[in-house]
Amino acid sequence: MHQPGGPSQARPLPAQEREPLRNEKTTEEIARGIRARVFEHTIRNNGGYLSQACSAAEQLAFLYNEGLNLGPSTMPMVPPPFGGVPSADNPDYVTGAGYNGPFDAVHDRLFIAPAHYALVAYACLIEVGRMAPEGLGMFNRDGSSVEMIGAEHSPGMEVHNGTLGIGLSTAAGLAWGRKRMGHSGQVCVFMSDGEVQEGQTWEAVQAAAHHGIDNLWAIMDVNRQQCDGAMDEVMTVGDIATKFRDFGAVVAECDAHDLKAMRAARATPHPGRPLIVLAHSRPTQGMESLMSRFPRLHYVRFKSEEERARMNIEIAAELGVAPVALEAH
Amino acid sequence: MMEMVNRPYAAAFEAYAVQHPEVLCLSADLTSSCEIDGFRDRHPDQFLSLGMAEQNMLSFAGGLGLAGFRPFLHSFGVFLYRRPYDQLMASVAYPRRKVRLMGFLPGVTTPGGMTHQAIEDISVMRTIPNMTVLEAGDATEVESIVAEADRVDGPVYCRILRGAVPRLFDTPIRIGQMRVLAEGEDVLVVTAGITTEEAIRARGALARAGVSVRHLHLNTLKPFDAAQIVDHAASVRHGVITLENHLVTGGIGSMVAEALAEAGLARRLIRLGLQDTYAHGGSRPYLMKHYGMDALSLVRAVERLTGQATGIDEDALGAVRIDAVHSIVKAEAL
Repeated sequence: MHQPGGPSQARPLPAQEREPLRNEKTTEEIARGIRARVFEHTIRNNGGYLSQACSAAEQLAFLYNEGLNLGPSTMPMVPPPFGGVPSADNPDYVTGAGYNGPFDAVHDRLFIAPAHYALVAYACLIEVGRMAPEGLGMFNRDGSSVEMIGAEHSPGMEVHNGTLGIGLSTAAGLAWGRKRMGHSGQVCVFMSDGEVQEGQTWEAVQAAAHHGIDNLWAIMDVNRQQCDGAMDEVMTVGDIATKFRDFGAVVAECDAHDLKAMRAARATPHPGRPLIVLAHSRPTQGMESLMSRFPRLHYVRFKSEEERARMNIEIAAELGVAPVALEAH
Repeated sequence: MMEMVNRPYAAAFEAYAVQHPEVLCLSADLTSSCEIDGFRDRHPDQFLSLGMAEQNMLSFAGGLGLAGFRPFLHSFGVFLYRRPYDQLMASVAYPRRKVRLMGFLPGVTTPGGMTHQAIEDISVMRTIPNMTVLEAGDATEVESIVAEADRVDGPVYCRILRGAVPRLFDTPIRIGQMRVLAEGEDVLVVTAGITTEEAIRARGALARAGVSVRHLHLNTLKPFDAAQIVDHAASVRHGVITLENHLVTGGIGSMVAEALAEAGLARRLIRLGLQDTYAHGGSRPYLMKHYGMDALSLVRAVERLTGQATGIDEDALGAVRIDAVHSIVKAEAL
């Protein structure tokens, strides 16, 4: 099977030999690998959240490779099958958070608030050596834990965020609790800009500011796209930086594809307040051929075999990888 | 005479919470209305004001649960599930967070009208997987529900009575243990919350009229002890009456109907409570009478079931003296 992303073809090492992960690949390499893996998956399955890989690859690569203090994965490289939902009768239930490392006082915690970015997040887990490439082959397969909309039990997920707008509130509660317990580990939320249309996002920011929850930060993929199309067409949200500041957050902005700028934004001091990093992204970054579909980018499904074949060649060339070898039908 | 207890929740919650630092007191701008103003003033480190923002409060509480805390959320019952239902599902119920939802002013115990009256909360809450549903019926149950709810390994919703609350029982609430208040053989009456007091009043008059009532008081609505309900229903001659401070659909009336149907037990069933209608703002006695949820409504339902007039009227009910009552079957009722 064709493995995009080059270096990840090396067999993953046992956990104790994998640390520290961040020295193995650069964040840029990981971002490229994410795009290549999501591209391959989308071409092979004739559909996928491809635009989200374009906009968010650097953000997720940054979080996993350098932005967060995560311990080694506690989960098997090949994700276990769906193990049932939480219930009194399911004492062995675990979430997918173990892929992000152990729960302890010093390590950070990450919530992927827009759960439909799961495909991108899974690709990132593979790139950073936390999940085997076979994991992506289980994506959206019946009985698999590698679900299309990331669930609690999906690799890298800790809470259900498929209903948009609840992630930041949950993280604020967790962060408040961790602060009270004296944990040095912080809580980070990867967010999408469409979530600012949900009232709960603003409730969460005001509560985090009111309670001085400053071990909480978020990075938001500001790609200005949502399910129906361009956000300005669906529901104008105005100047979200000013709105976040007015609700009590410290806001830093950066180009989502400029890692140096992202590092600087993340380093913004935010004593007594949550930090929101607005990462202004392009929904076709690295795959300009997708612009022919604008603004229908939320979920890319090719309209014809011809379009699929053309995109396979064009995007592969942009990414610098070989086109996906498709089976003859 | 029946003892009245003033603000039983306030004292009970404070006494319990100060012994358990993992317990947090959350409020959504109804702090004095939920009797936790004194707690806020005396224990500010254990109190979190989350303002009029229930959606955030529910998910925030889920995060606190994830961190290992056991937040008690205080608000009017309606505000804990109507607007933040999505958050209740995703952030609290699904992951089985130990979040304690303290729902004040259940049913028609508030004059606040439609927006304030939780008339479908039992129906909603009992359909949520992982949820436990409790209802306090007197001061003793209000006092003991705090510790009992906190034993639940998962989320729990409690219907709480505030202000001056009668003391009917002398033993604490125990999850899953209904109280058998009378063991008559003509009619089975099932009540919970404020309707238990109504049924006790009706029972006094019915006894004088020669009707023998078997009376169950429920404080645990989920898990629901269907087997015991069926056993009691099988032991009466005429049938079953449920009387609830709630819509008859989805609440206790529905639960009893489901229990009888699943057991294949043919008994007539009369469900008293709100009949597919909203209520409106008014006093509790007015609303209970207007919507057929009071002692006299129960008497009339008994007459329908037995086919015999009792001659009981308002005056007869008013003359019934209510003493502190106890569970007659100690083994079951504790």
